Amino acid sequence: MNDMPRRFVTEVPALVLDGVGFTHRGQRLLGPLDLRLEGCRRTLVMGPNGAGKSLLMRLAHGLLTSSSGRLQWEGPTPRQAMVFQRPVMLKRSALANLTYALAVNDIPRTRRRLLAREALERFGLAALEKRPARVLSGGEQQRLALARAWLTRPEVLFLDEPTSALDPAAIKAVEDAVLEFHAAGTRIVMSSHDLHQARRLADDVLFLNAGRLIEYTDAATFFTAPSSREARAFIRGELVL
Amino acid sequence: MPADANAFQTALALILGMDPVLLGIVALSVQVSLSAVLIAALLALPLGAALALWRFPGRGAIVVALNALMGLPPVVAGLTVYLLLSRAGPLGQFGLLFTPTAMVVAQVILILPIIAALTRQQIEELHQEYREQLTSLGLSRLRMIPTLLWDARLGLITVVLAGFGRASAEVGAVMIVGGNIDGVTRVMTTAIVLETSKGNLPLALGLGLVLLGLVLLVNAAAYLVGETARRRLG
Repeated sequence: MNDMPRRFVTEVPALVLDGVGFTHRGQRLLGPLDLRLEGCRRTLVMGPNGAGKSLLMRLAHGLLTSSSGRLQWEGPTPRQAMVFQRPVMLKRSALANLTYALAVNDIPRTRRRLLAREALERFGLAALEKRPARVLSGGEQQRLALARAWLTRPEVLFLDEPTSALDPAAIKAVEDAVLEFHAAGTRIVMSSHDLHQARRLADDVLFLNAGRLIEYTDAATFFTAPSSREARAFIRGELVL
Repeated sequence: MPADANAFQTALALILGMDPVLLGIVALSVQVSLSAVLIAALLALPLGAALALWRFPGRGAIVVALNALMGLPPVVAGLTVYLLLSRAGPLGQFGLLFTPTAMVVAQVILILPIIAALTRQQIEELHQEYREQLTSLGLSRLRMIPTLLWDARLGLITVVLAGFGRASAEVGAVMIVGGNIDGVTRVMTTAIVLETSKGNLPLALGLGLVLLGLVLLVNAAAYLVGETARRRLG
């Protein structure tokens, strides 16, 4: 039935940022950042609004090009997928949205339906396969976006505030999915400003403020003994300015 | 006005009686305009999509030119094609002037800018929404074109129908390059002009009614297709 291996990958290449900055209309929005993301970890990118979380992930995923510095993978560029805050679904059925992603990845036509159905099942969407994707609820659409990402068997998965518009049940479903990706060997880079969510999911935390990297430490250290004033204030729930 | 009322009755009798002359004219009209809209759509849809996706020097000029050509007077389009196809013209050797083919060419020139310009607008909007997701999936811009055209299909049906409406309703271009030859290049609009000037109001009115009915039918169909699909697909 399912010819997909339990693990997509054994080793994820490291992403190295060397003085990476992003400037828009003369205004520096991010960086310069020096950073090395390695290992199959679950990294939570945290920080207040406008800290540059989305920007950092879009640069890393290759949706944007940095204005300065160098950003490169050590080794071959890994398969990547990204799940956005507001999922973008094509105007067709849930199933067709998944077979589309498989077609883009040159999976032979004969195998697409089977794989897509398997992914729908995995994310609890089997009953919705014929429904137009764009009339599904926000939570269902986000699960469909995760199923679509799953089918590309990513070595790295970026998630940009994937739960910020969802109710608790849908948040749980997304977090379970993130753990399932990680169990399959996918490196997770996810932005969030929900501290509880970060405590549940993070192996390590990358804390940004006003476009600058403030801290990048493992989660236990970050939550118990943050070294920066900004991170301490953020954890206490104060307004970080 | 009894004369007009009489003309109206005769017109209805012509339509309901499937008058062969009237049918022949209607058939040629539909055939010419459908061919034109088909060819124009095949060229203009990808062209409009490409203009929406790529930024290159001179793009602004092309967009402005297309928008301006949306208002191209049909007689000017007709005159251009006439000059190209006349015996002394660069394409004169093919002997196409005063044939239905020449009429199709003129109508293509007339409606291609309409379809291309409106397609560009719609695809540009949709691309804004889809760009990050499609790029993330690994699509090149070239491969995005079919996806965007397909997902914009509801709006594009209306665009293509606007082209069909323009083609079937214009008279200047087909008059100049077709010549309104009885049984060969006479279409509804040119026939209406001729019959009206001859005073044969029943036939002119009958043709007018058919033309109106055709346009209504096409637009009703487009509305229904659009509404059901919008409700179904969100």
